[in-house]
Amino acid sequence: MTMRGRSFYALVLSGTAAVWNAAAEQRFPPPEFESGHQLPVTTVPPPRALWQEYADVAVLLLCLGLACYFVYRRRSRRSVLWLSIFSLIYFGFYRKGCICPIGAPQNIALGFFDPAYAVPLVVAVFFIAPLLVALFAGRTFCAGVCPHGALQDLLLIKPVKVPTWLETGLSVLPYIYLGTGVFFAAAGSAFVICRYDPFVPFFRLSGGLTMLTVGAGFIVVSMFVGRPYCRFLCPYGALLRLASLVSKWRVRITPDFCTKCRLCEESCPFGAIREPVPPPTNPMELAPDRRRLGLFLIALPALIAVFALIGNRVAAPAALVHPTVALAERYLDPAKPPPPKVPTPDSLALERADHDPASVLSEAARIKRRFSRAGWWFGGWVGLVIGVRLISLTSRPVRTDYEPDRGACFACGRCFMFCPNERVRLGLLSPSELPGTEPARTDTAPVASGDTGKPKTAT
Amino acid sequence: MADQEKTSAPVTRRDFLRQGSRVAALTGLGGFAGLLVSKLKSETLVWQIDPAKCLRCGRCATECVLKPSAVKCVHAFALCGYCELCTGYFVPEPNELNTAAENQLCPVSAIKRRWIEDPYYEYTIDETLCIGCGKCVEGCHRFGNGSLFLQVRHNLCLNCNECSIARACPGDAFRRVPVSQPYLLKTSYSHG
Repeated sequence: MTMRGRSFYALVLSGTAAVWNAAAEQRFPPPEFESGHQLPVTTVPPPRALWQEYADVAVLLLCLGLACYFVYRRRSRRSVLWLSIFSLIYFGFYRKGCICPIGAPQNIALGFFDPAYAVPLVVAVFFIAPLLVALFAGRTFCAGVCPHGALQDLLLIKPVKVPTWLETGLSVLPYIYLGTGVFFAAAGSAFVICRYDPFVPFFRLSGGLTMLTVGAGFIVVSMFVGRPYCRFLCPYGALLRLASLVSKWRVRITPDFCTKCRLCEESCPFGAIREPVPPPTNPMELAPDRRRLGLFLIALPALIAVFALIGNRVAAPAALVHPTVALAERYLDPAKPPPPKVPTPDSLALERADHDPASVLSEAARIKRRFSRAGWWFGGWVGLVIGVRLISLTSRPVRTDYEPDRGACFACGRCFMFCPNERVRLGLLSPSELPGTEPARTDTAPVASGDTGKPKTAT
Repeated sequence: MADQEKTSAPVTRRDFLRQGSRVAALTGLGGFAGLLVSKLKSETLVWQIDPAKCLRCGRCATECVLKPSAVKCVHAFALCGYCELCTGYFVPEPNELNTAAENQLCPVSAIKRRWIEDPYYEYTIDETLCIGCGKCVEGCHRFGNGSLFLQVRHNLCLNCNECSIARACPGDAFRRVPVSQPYLLKTSYSHG
């Protein structure tokens, strides 16, 4: 067995620890059996085979393809729903939510910043594939493939509308959370997004009390607020949102043209449907917006600088997340408690540090420097996110139709059936019954133009 | 595609910007993937305990995201002294050297004791019961040959990105190993 030290210090540390630890073992020579007893073999059950991991990738790609087909070709909410139930069972309860793209940005960050860590091919594909699809077809991953999304989507029983100001304010959180995840992964090799994932303990049916409580909280909230994790926290959703802002195709409520009947207005439980905005008749109306835009553009560098400074300040306490830094701090603490009679894990760790303080301290100092550098970047990112959000508030969209917001739409397909044009397309409604068009003047009872809540057949 | 653009409605500024950003994003993602290729490894890494660094603190039983833990005690039989008074099996100063529960160190009776020939006994671990607390490992390390040791069992381990036991391990004994050699076993008696 060879020692694979990550660095010189690790090598020295492991070497000394091995000698110090194993010196006393091997006291009694193994017996020579007269009865010819054969020694049993120590079993080594293998991990998941590589082909199984590739099967996961195949299922992911297949599901992504199906989700796009269901949303764009079939325009079928039911198919998307069944696909998401399959994904919940496969990626959620069978794979225990633990090959998912949500945490993948951290793996990628660690791969770039820790030379000892190699990103597994499967993780790289899980990171890239949904993003690539989102650049063409929007967030179909969220609709049909993500087990987290499927769980929240299925739990939604009584959606409550989140006020716009709150929605706008909270929408910066995913980017900040993404930054936090990458910051900790790059600087401290920690995976906070995975550690604080609220749903994975449920998929595993096992977990700590804190995370189970948080998860239960999310589950209760997601009964009333549509997909709270996806909208206000999911770091991978933040990336998908950016990608789908520029996507080639987009989800449209109506299959052909919008009659502005407003039937779909309340159909989206995720608050993604935007109403038409007519172009301003008087260009002078835009002047305050333009002034605000100028102000925010000037404020952006200042915002970035201020937050970068704050990021650098919080980096020092954040570094304590790393076990080596925490150990070094405890080792240097002047008010160190005396070693207990029965060793605790903490006292054992201190004993280890006592044995070779130089390596522990120098390693801790190196990690702290890394945290401090990463703190600048993280803070700058937070400033940038907030600044860009403010700038985006000044932009005035031009919309002629009721349509889902490119970034916020999960492509779940709920709104399709609310559109009377869609019902006409499916043959559930005759064109004469369309709201907005004059009903045909016949002697039969006039068809109400407003209420098409239930499918009607032409009389 | 270029022909289509010419024939269809004039491209608005928004659409042009959007297309431009999409092409840029695609190029960026492609370049990123290219960079990533140098960091890739088709072989997955899995977590394992280095028995030489393990301090037998007992956190493996409590810190794992799985309950019971994916860490189990394993036995290097070639290293075992087959002692009648096994300090990994019996509590200190046992009443009698038999399999009565009060004499056993293991809190869940996961070690099975079997007579082989005078005076040798064989000890095997029932992994369906073992919780990975390492009490037997401590006993065997302190007074015996150290043939009992803790290992992550890969049929159970979920291979979390960040092993929650590794974070809490006071001995820094956890490390990522290539999936082709997923165990760090103690093998045989080295001297004597």
